[in-house]
Amino acid sequence: MIPVDYYIVLSAILFTIGALGVLIRRNPLIIFMSIELMLNAANLAFVAFGRYYEITGQQSFYTGQIFVFFVIAVAAAEVAVGLALIVEIFKTKKNINIDEMNSLKG
Amino acid sequence: MQLDYKDFFIILPLTILIAWACVLLLADLFIPKERKGITAFLAALGLVVVLGFTIAQTGHQGTSFNGMVILDGFSIFTSSLILLSGLLGIALAYGYIKRMGLERGEYYTLMLFSVTGMMLMTQASDLIIVFLALELLSIPLYVLAAFARPDLRSEEAGLKYFLLGAFATGFIVYGTALVFGATGTTSLSIIFGASPSLLLTIGSALLLIGFGFKVAAVPFHMWTPDVYQGSPTAVTAFMASGAKIAGFAALWRVFATAFPTPSVDITEVLWVLAAITMIVGNLTAISQTNIKRMLAYSSIAHAGYILMAFVPYGNKEVMPVSIAAGLFYLFSYVVTNFGVWGVVIALEKFEGAGLGISDYAGLAKKYPALAAAMTVFMLSLIGFPPTLGMVGKFYLFRAVIAGGYSGLAIIGVLTSLVSAYYYLRIVVNMYMREGDPVIERETWLDITTAVTAIATVGLSFFPQWLFLLAGSATLKWF
Repeated sequence: MIPVDYYIVLSAILFTIGALGVLIRRNPLIIFMSIELMLNAANLAFVAFGRYYEITGQQSFYTGQIFVFFVIAVAAAEVAVGLALIVEIFKTKKNINIDEMNSLKG
Repeated sequence: MQLDYKDFFIILPLTILIAWACVLLLADLFIPKERKGITAFLAALGLVVVLGFTIAQTGHQGTSFNGMVILDGFSIFTSSLILLSGLLGIALAYGYIKRMGLERGEYYTLMLFSVTGMMLMTQASDLIIVFLALELLSIPLYVLAAFARPDLRSEEAGLKYFLLGAFATGFIVYGTALVFGATGTTSLSIIFGASPSLLLTIGSALLLIGFGFKVAAVPFHMWTPDVYQGSPTAVTAFMASGAKIAGFAALWRVFATAFPTPSVDITEVLWVLAAITMIVGNLTAISQTNIKRMLAYSSIAHAGYILMAFVPYGNKEVMPVSIAAGLFYLFSYVVTNFGVWGVVIALEKFEGAGLGISDYAGLAKKYPALAAAMTVFMLSLIGFPPTLGMVGKFYLFRAVIAGGYSGLAIIGVLTSLVSAYYYLRIVVNMYMREGDPVIERETWLDITTAVTAIATVGLSFFPQWLFLLAGSATLKWF
């Protein structure tokens, strides 16, 4: 059986890729995908830890799996709002490049 | 597990508010377009009723839903403060959104949903609830920030707030995952007894980053000026106080009750965080020419002051006093904040005109009462007597020094001195420069400004009473 460490290292790598994607990429859609990657990295960690605690016989192992469902549901709600915002901006200015969103400055 | 009436008693105000918000969402469909003021009154009515229920819960405490939510003095105090800012937010929005042509009924419904999320945040006793409450309060705020569509600035503010907010959520979820990995649970009361480990420290640090974004602490503050400037001003006012109260309530709840063990490592980080937040916030505010942007940096600086109350969080002797001082400061900030934004709304015109600091020139000659109120707010933000801000800073610095962090208190005093420069610049503009400002007179706006100005000065003469109230708002320790 694969030790829990492997899953956690993988999820840490995914989380880092996601975080870097948010900081480096310039397209809101890609940034958005990177955020989803961060959330899914957390989901992977949750499920792996949940399985780990199931094997070690801890009662609360199901918390890990339940949290994942909450994250998925909330992420879907966020998608609805986020995509609506992106579509609105596209309708107003016909492009969605983050670098050109500079009407606010001081 | 059996659910009984006691479980529902603990979340009764929340239940009423969310049910009322859903009813209002439907009722709004039947309210004609030119009479959306009815929705505002219904929303305010809901908030008043819920405020009554919340205050009636005083003295009760306990947990319910298997330890998921908690009721204690702390949650009652912060929930009342949140409901109060909801009410003031509606009062500011009532005339503003009509004048700016944004009058749509869902504005108030979204506000009610957001208030529910904030209240749930103060009652959260499990990291699952912290996460859900955070999203329930944030998602309506993303929509509200972009409410002035198709105005590009508002849309941009909404998208920026959304992207950075979702980014912060990523940190909070991952931090929760690591805490779950370290302790095998997400319940704050069980995490409390966990033995220290590297995973727990990293998890709590990630949670700190996530909440840092939410309360706009440097270096996680980049979104604040843009979002505060681009959002409709009434939304900014609500966001600046409501989201801050909820963010700080969550920080207190999670860190003071669940993570005393990693406090050895985290305290130093919090010290630095509070110091740079005060310094960067105040110094950047100096060079601003747009008042909304200036107030955004000022709100960052104030987040720094409140963060000072967190620094001794591992110390159980000092913590109750510093929580009381932090809550008092939060109260004084909320009252002053709504007053300032009320004045800003009074001067704002279409297309973002009337928002420059130079637009305040000559205000004192034409509208002496409004200028006097603005002066009171500015003095309170500096921390000058006789205002609530001064009393708040006094209690805060005293708590920080009692915790043994005199260096931090000195930074606080020095940055307050720096802040006098940019706050007093507005006062100088109002009283000593010539100009011809035109303001909008709206009943509810005038009432809000007057009430907050009187409260800012009046309550500063009876601080002991309020401080005792904040002091009784203790967290339920496990």
